[in-house]
Amino acid sequence: MAPIHTVVLTKGVPDFREGQVSFDENGHLERGKTPTVMNPNDKFALRAALQTRVRHGGRVSVMSMGPPGYKDVLREAMADVYADDLYLLSDREMAAADTWATSITLATGIEKMAAGTNEGDGRDEDAMPDLVFAGFKTADGETGHTGPQTCWCLDMPVVTHVVSLDIDPEARTLRAKRLVEGDIEEIETVEAELPCFVVADPEFVPSYRTASHRLELKDLRERTARRAEAFEDHLTVWDHSDLNLDPDYIGLDGSPTIVSSVDPIPKQPAEREATVVAPDDADGMTELVDEMLPFAAGASGGGGGAEAVADGGRTGGSDDRDTSDGETGGE
Amino acid sequence: MSSSPSDADAADAEHYEAVVVGAGPGGAAAAAALASYGVETLVLERGVDAGSKNVSGGLIYAEESAPYTIDRLFEGFREEAAERPVTDYHLHNVAGDRVKSFDITDLHEHDTEWCDAVLRRKMDSWLAERVHELTRETGGGLLTEVRVNGLLREQGEIVGVTCDELDPIRADLVVAADGVNSELARDAGLMDWAEPEEWFQGVKAVVDMPEGAIEERFGVDDDEGVAHLFSGDLFDDVRGGGFLYTNRDTLSIGTVFHLDSLVAEQAEPHELLDALLTHPLLAQWLGDEYEELEYSAKLVPDSKKVALREPHRDRLVLVGDAAGQMQAQGPIIKGMNHAVTAGALAAEAYAEAKARGDTRTAGTLYAEKLRSEGVMDKLRPRRYEAARVVGENDRASGLTDRLVDSRVGRGALRALGGRLERLYGSPYLSMMVPDTRTPYVTLPTAIAEELGEPITDVNTVEPPSLEERIGDLTYDTDIGHPHIRLRDASYEASGAAVSACPVSAEGFGGGCYRTETVRTNGSEETVVSLDTQPCVECGTCAIVADTAWEHPRGGKGVEFRQG
Ligand SMILES: Cc1cc2nc3c(=O)[nH]c(=O)nc-3n(C[C@H](O)[C@H](O)[C@H](O)COP(=O)(O)OP(=O)(O)OC[C@H]3O[C@@H](n4cnc5c(N)ncnc54)[C@H](O)[C@@H]3O)c2cc1C
Ligand code: SF4
Repeated sequence: MAPIHTVVLTKGVPDFREGQVSFDENGHLERGKTPTVMNPNDKFALRAALQTRVRHGGRVSVMSMGPPGYKDVLREAMADVYADDLYLLSDREMAAADTWATSITLATGIEKMAAGTNEGDGRDEDAMPDLVFAGFKTADGETGHTGPQTCWCLDMPVVTHVVSLDIDPEARTLRAKRLVEGDIEEIETVEAELPCFVVADPEFVPSYRTASHRLELKDLRERTARRAEAFEDHLTVWDHSDLNLDPDYIGLDGSPTIVSSVDPIPKQPAEREATVVAPDDADGMTELVDEMLPFAAGASGGGGGAEAVADGGRTGGSDDRDTSDGETGGE
Repeated sequence: MSSSPSDADAADAEHYEAVVVGAGPGGAAAAAALASYGVETLVLERGVDAGSKNVSGGLIYAEESAPYTIDRLFEGFREEAAERPVTDYHLHNVAGDRVKSFDITDLHEHDTEWCDAVLRRKMDSWLAERVHELTRETGGGLLTEVRVNGLLREQGEIVGVTCDELDPIRADLVVAADGVNSELARDAGLMDWAEPEEWFQGVKAVVDMPEGAIEERFGVDDDEGVAHLFSGDLFDDVRGGGFLYTNRDTLSIGTVFHLDSLVAEQAEPHELLDALLTHPLLAQWLGDEYEELEYSAKLVPDSKKVALREPHRDRLVLVGDAAGQMQAQGPIIKGMNHAVTAGALAAEAYAEAKARGDTRTAGTLYAEKLRSEGVMDKLRPRRYEAARVVGENDRASGLTDRLVDSRVGRGALRALGGRLERLYGSPYLSMMVPDTRTPYVTLPTAIAEELGEPITDVNTVEPPSLEERIGDLTYDTDIGHPHIRLRDASYEASGAAVSACPVSAEGFGGGCYRTETVRTNGSEETVVSLDTQPCVECGTCAIVADTAWEHPRGGKGVEFRQG
């Protein structure tokens, strides 16, 4: 059995506590002027990844897409979750990407990372990560799509609102408890096959009920303290050409979302919807995407958004990865 | 206590060769020694950090006669984990403002290789780091914030431990180094928490000292330290005494009283501490600026009465306070050093038993070692057992009291004069002091009255109120899970706790225990109510009140910063 490879997606968000969030005249966040911290909800994804790592060993990679300033977020992730390696997808061409463009870029980054780093791990050369974790929504007004969209691009099933997680590496399955919110909160248990995409709920609670797990945790903490100090040695930065991505499909140019107005900064997410969709469940996926569209596209750009979404999906999707590589390869 | 898990649980439980419960000096020594024999050893400590639950006076002794000392088990201990060595030792007999002081450095140095003052948070957390390194090398390690809540049994036999935070763990050796109020000793049926006569209660304040003040006020170099003991009438009739030890930049000032006496006198522990802090004798050391860093308390077993002769059952061995191995050698208190010795002897016994192919004999072997190494004789001196029969008889004590107070007695005291000091410094005598008023109150008072000089210094110290002391402590309250429950709230059953609890007082509403008057159908009843939030986990009410008493879950409850 090959060791588990886990990827966590994280992003930086403006530090709202400072109260100095600024937007330019086009309604885009001016991140340079606002201090960046890790999206608080990503911590739950990191915890879920750590639990996997402690219980089953293997490797944890953390990936983020954003400006060079996100390195700090990655360092924080390494210190928090004892990550082995860090990836930053950073390029001026990728700037101001919306969730779709981000998803395509992240998916491509994950594929490249997987292809390039499996060797030493005794895994199949181009095996995808076994688990990809993302947090529930970001704190800067995003709507929680990057996760599901990225997983769609990666052709993985997705389990959302996960509050507890068990993995059977032998059977290559995952069993998760997820929060289903209706009139009353309900917990349902679902099973999925690996590789799988997991969106951790803010109520995710890692559990370490054996001494050996807690000792492993302690070891990891000690080892990582040293590693996090020299985190740049474990950091890989890729730009769009490293990823063979066509600038037309990423960054602002590739973003179908036009922000018409900015909502007040959200506090704790109020509503949560339950979604478990397998990638080969076409109806389910369409439904999921439909449901997300009104958020993703914004009020005025709804129609145009849908088309761009479809395009973007094809370009980054792994079904026709060869084509997509071919298309952008000429760049 | 949690319900005992079924045998099925026991069968597929995680296994370590040895599990050590508690990371005080006893647990640390046991674990380090076990690791040195290559034994896979898991150490479980309930505090957020080792030391965060612990209180000592505290002077740790390295006895010349002891088979193990802490600095030999842990290289660098004195330099890195301890405060100042005690180079001077004084005993003060107090009567009002008259004081007669004896130099008892000789008694202190008897059988002493060295003796250092320590603060437990610093000491225990330092030890825990070493222990983790050592035990990790043999496949185990040390975990904090795990509370062991009982013994794991299989067909009635102890085979491991159960915890609040972890699944049951099996072990070939379980070392209960969980201190006074050992839940494991109770679970094993080896200790009951019934008799106040068997315990002392210690209460302590750590006081900040300005830079250079210790050297100046105590006349010592920066690598020297002082110990002072106090007895006489400054605690009224409560049997016990006070202490003052110099740390690096702080003072540890406290009191240790017989619990039964505290209960009988309905004394308020914090007031007794204040009586010491505000005595004119202390003015020279405390100066005008009094800053208390921490108020703390803990029970102490009296080894003369409770040290177990066979501290083991099945795979379980008890070390340190858990086994009652806390020796009050007259005024000198020795608990930590014996815990260290016992912990290492238990490890030695296990390693020998294993080498002989039968680890089940470890417990018996350990008890044998306690005897052959002379530890048991120190803990339960035979002379004391003999003397006790007469000495602690009330009529006898009344007689000696009257003798000391009589004209003849007083004359004899004066005649003895300087020789009294030598008498007090005799280790032989101090070992068999009976637990009566005579040595604690009557004699010191008489000595001070007959031989003492009045102290003219003015003490301006205003100790913080109980409310302020509680307010300054750090708690992580386990809301909705009180660790102590009152089984019988009647005043007869549990009223003693209102005054004896060091963070409660009659007439004080902000403590753990309160007296309440309930009116029903025209009749009035006095009952006791309990709020565990301000609890410092001293253990007193486990003994003086009718309670279901447990320690809080891992990491919860009070967190001492000094200890
Ligand atoms: C005021 C005062 C003054 C004293 N002065 C001195 C002195 O000057 N010199 C001296 O030698 N001794 C002194 N003592 C006594 C000394 O503190 C004790 O004898 C000594 O600490 C005993 O060591 P131990 O390792 O047995 O237990 P402890 O030091 O009490 O350690 C027990 C450990 O077990 C942990 N624990 C308890 N229950 C559990 C559980 N269920 N699960 C997990 N962990 C648990 C505790 O958190 C703690 O860390 C004094 C005591 C007091 C209160
Ligand atoms: S409630 Fe009990 S254990 Fe807690 S401080 Fe008071 S007497 Fe001690």
